[in-house]
Amino acid sequence: MSDIKKFMYVNRKAPYGTIYAWESLEVVLIGAAFEQDVSVAFVDDGVYQLIKGQDTTELGIKNFSATYKALGDYDVNKLYIEKESLDARGLTLDDLMPLTYEDENDNWAEKNSIRVVSSQELAELFEHSDVLFNF
Amino acid sequence: MSILHTVNKSPFDRNSLDACIRLAVKGGSVLLIEDGVYGAMKGTNKSDMVTHAMKDLSFYVLGPDLKARGIDEEKLIDGIKVVDYSGFVTLTVENDKAQAWL
Amino acid sequence: MGIEVNGKVFETDEEGYLSNLNEWTPEVATAMAKDEDVDLSESHWQVINFLREYYEEYQIAPAVRVLTKAIGKKLGPDKGNSKYLYELFPYGPGKQACKYAGLPKPTGCV
Repeated sequence: MSDIKKFMYVNRKAPYGTIYAWESLEVVLIGAAFEQDVSVAFVDDGVYQLIKGQDTTELGIKNFSATYKALGDYDVNKLYIEKESLDARGLTLDDLMPLTYEDENDNWAEKNSIRVVSSQELAELFEHSDVLFNF
Repeated sequence: MSILHTVNKSPFDRNSLDACIRLAVKGGSVLLIEDGVYGAMKGTNKSDMVTHAMKDLSFYVLGPDLKARGIDEEKLIDGIKVVDYSGFVTLTVENDKAQAWL
Repeated sequence: MGIEVNGKVFETDEEGYLSNLNEWTPEVATAMAKDEDVDLSESHWQVINFLREYYEEYQIAPAVRVLTKAIGKKLGPDKGNSKYLYELFPYGPGKQACKYAGLPKPTGCV
């Protein structure tokens, strides 16, 4: 494809309390069909979306945390998590689900999709994106 | 006279929990529900505020909302009690009125 | 809207997708296929069962591209290609197979 654009989806809301997190995930999955260069950032309460061990049985609503594990199948494998947001919430990488993808160009080796970055690094990534969507 | 305060917003997204703590009177109860349950976690930027408020207020958190968000009970600030839906009802009955901080 | 199977009516949306995926039984798939003059073979069932497992694990119906790749990985390259899948499900492996499997329409399908 000749004109591949860099898309950056920015998640700043916790799951379940509002519809933003799920809406964002759906848009990312739909957008993935257009074979663009997709990155997803998790900032502020957005980092809560990736906490492992979510169980919505008693709420009777869909547990869409499982769907983040499908992102690799959709070739969405650049997931940036802001370190400052984790720190403010007393969270570490160990509290989050491991998310991976299989690298087509490296004999389908399983690789990590999650990268923890500083605010400054994230700001630069935003600067270098063509299209930004905030949720 | 006592009030049951409910907070359903994340303390990092809105200042509902700050306002509740500032305006609740000694002897009241605070129940954290929905995205409000993130305020019950220890080791966060808001933990000290909650711990301090617990001298005057009783804090509760709704279990099903914790589970949905993957928050283990061992991650909670010591002294916050986990209640289920019937516990929510009991709190409502035990207090004279309720105030919902949105 | 709905579809009747052995005297029981299952609610569907206007496009024939099952409203409640927990109500699904293999008989529902057979009845939906029969309405479209399709006799479900072992090959159809492989795809339908794969889709149900995928939904169970990821809580979404996969896009066709993802389905094709995943089928290839699980059942071999002779099945993981669009020609094979479109022969089985001429209305589109995503739309048609998901419908038989009791899943919602794949995310991104219009």
